[in-house]
Amino acid sequence: MIEIKNLCVKIEGKEILKGINLTVNKGEVHAIMGPNGSGKSTLAQVLAGRSEYEITKGEVIYEGINLLELSPEDRARAGIFLAFQYPIEIPGVSNVNLLKTAVNEIRKYRGEEEYDAIEFLTMIKKKMGVVEMNDSLLNRSVNEGFSGGEKKRNEIFQMAALDPKLAILDETDSGLDIDALRVVAGGVNKLKTPDNAVILVTHYQRLLDYIVPDFVHVLYKGRIVKSGTKELALELEERGYDWVKDECPVGA
Amino acid sequence: MNELTETKNWYLANFEAFENSLNGQKGEPFHQLRKAAIESFAAQNFPTTKDEEWRNTNIAPILKHNFVLPTSSPELKKEDLNSFLIEGFEADQLVFVNGRFSKELSSEYAVPKGAVIGSLAEELKTNPALLEKYFSKLAKPESGIFTALSAAFTEDGIFIYIPDGKVIEKPLYILNITSAGKEKVIVNPRNIIIAGQNSQVKIIERYVSLDEAVYFTNPVTEIVCGKDSIVEHIKLQDESLNAFHISTTEAELGAGSNFSSYNISTGSALCRNTIKVKFIAEGAECTLNGLYLADGLQLLDNHTTIDHAVPNCESRELYKGALNGKSRAVFNGKVIVRKGAQKTNAFQQNKTILLSDEALIDTKPQLEIFADDVKCSHGATIGQLDEDSLFYLRSRGIGAKEARTILIYAFANDVVKTIKIDSIKKYLEKLLAARLMK
Ligand SMILES: Nc1ncnc2c1ncn2[C@@H]1O[C@H](COP(=O)(O)OP(=O)(O)OP(=O)(O)O)[C@@H](O)[C@H]1O
Ligand SMILES: [Mg+2]
Repeated sequence: MIEIKNLCVKIEGKEILKGINLTVNKGEVHAIMGPNGSGKSTLAQVLAGRSEYEITKGEVIYEGINLLELSPEDRARAGIFLAFQYPIEIPGVSNVNLLKTAVNEIRKYRGEEEYDAIEFLTMIKKKMGVVEMNDSLLNRSVNEGFSGGEKKRNEIFQMAALDPKLAILDETDSGLDIDALRVVAGGVNKLKTPDNAVILVTHYQRLLDYIVPDFVHVLYKGRIVKSGTKELALELEERGYDWVKDECPVGA
Repeated sequence: MNELTETKNWYLANFEAFENSLNGQKGEPFHQLRKAAIESFAAQNFPTTKDEEWRNTNIAPILKHNFVLPTSSPELKKEDLNSFLIEGFEADQLVFVNGRFSKELSSEYAVPKGAVIGSLAEELKTNPALLEKYFSKLAKPESGIFTALSAAFTEDGIFIYIPDGKVIEKPLYILNITSAGKEKVIVNPRNIIIAGQNSQVKIIERYVSLDEAVYFTNPVTEIVCGKDSIVEHIKLQDESLNAFHISTTEAELGAGSNFSSYNISTGSALCRNTIKVKFIAEGAECTLNGLYLADGLQLLDNHTTIDHAVPNCESRELYKGALNGKSRAVFNGKVIVRKGAQKTNAFQQNKTILLSDEALIDTKPQLEIFADDVKCSHGATIGQLDEDSLFYLRSRGIGAKEARTILIYAFANDVVKTIKIDSIKKYLEKLLAARLMK
């Protein structure tokens, strides 16, 4: 589904990603872990099309096309969804209006007919059920005044509504209480099909108890220094990152 | 002779012809007020950018033209107004074409006993005494050359007199249409709104164009808010980009009264709105909110003055604008708290977003406080659209252009949504969305 090859990224002259290689196939769940500041969100944002980052080397092939050439909106329309680590508050724009515009833009792009008001609301109600979203959040301004947990839940609700092929969840588990974590993770699992894929960025093994990854990668100082299966996450939980850092190639 | 005096002489020369067109009215007492105004006009000069109040607004593009009073009104049918009518709108509609009241185009409306709602020209014929009592009392000819010009050439406008205790439920929609054709006309709508004690009235004063002609609108509106009255005044200027618009609104607030002004400008090549509010007795409140949206080469200027002349009054002011292209805007908000005006609350905010590198705003909040027990604040911000918000919307599949529109709408709607009349708020929100989609 997506193939990231030797991706190098700079911001403000500083090299953040130093040759990322990662392939994610349909139906897979990949977890990316790694210490603070190692470049996980940078990778996520670059995949979503944030233009502040300068791509100095490498390529990203998504469903056979050069992803890096697409605008952020076209990436979303082509099926990429990023759940932000820090969802943005947008005063004056209602959650439901954002979704309505987004859903219809995506449908238009896919050659599907736009939803009318009733079809849209029916769909939305269903998706709200998936993440047990509170009705009252729907008509409020996007993320404005939402609690940390509500923001994260709202991201997954948006994901449910937009029905992406590749979902990148950047620390969606941080800030969720135990019950919310279960609900949100359950939502992600319900949306999982053999045709889509998920990249999970997380610090905690706990999330991986709910959403079981096929692969776990450790990102450290802009490189993937170790990859493994879900057992790797358990090991990291126990031993921390020091031992992986030690295994890290010279010069990192 | 320079352009300033030439233009002045042009209007002076036209006054005589205007007088003669008034038939029998020349000898009436009201006409003496016009004559006094033309003298005041003669004694003043058109401002240049050397005048402090006009420092950022050069009116040379207006003075370049020799505008004439409209010699005729186009024959309009109700259908011609369709795009300006408000669907399912619960309002009484009063239509003026080229500055003159059109009974045919206006809706039929009931006027409560003792009240007057209608054409100033009509009132002049039937009850000039009432008019004379209020005309030019707040917006005095000597306060500015455009006000003097308006008073001298006063023909028509809206005259609203609400007696004590009367509540006018339906908003009054005053639609001023200019359709000048080839004539370069000046229209001087003169509006007077008198709200008696405990009365309530809601007015929408709108200026639109039917064609792309070059013309000049010079409206003056005087508003008296009686004791404990509630007055809402929405002014919407969405004229053609070839029009010039210089308006003056002056309001006087009696004890315990509540005055709200919503001043929305999106049209015209050059627009200057002067709004002056004076508290004359305690316990009154006023809201002055405004929105300016400009593009291309437009210049939109808002000068507001709130005069806390007495204690215990509260004013809140929020002006927001979004500027694109090479457009410019001016915001000058003066708040005066006079000596002895204790317990004054005055809050003022001006926020502008610049959507292009070449757009420009001159903003100047001016707080002049001569009392010590007051709560006052003001602030002005100038910024761009938030990049993080734009990216967030785009990452959801919303196109760049649409994402910008959504954010500008949200920013601008902050002003529109403060309008309390629901039907009008919804209508203006639609207009705003349509304007931003262009
Ligand atoms: N706009 C920016 N300007 C300068 N440095 C930046 C910018 N964005 C990111 N960085 C730097 O890049 C590095 C990687 O940041 P990133 O947010 O990708 O880390 P992360 O792995 O997601 O960390 P965390 O686990 O704390 O979320 C950090 O050192 C960060 O300070
Ligand atoms: Mg991060």
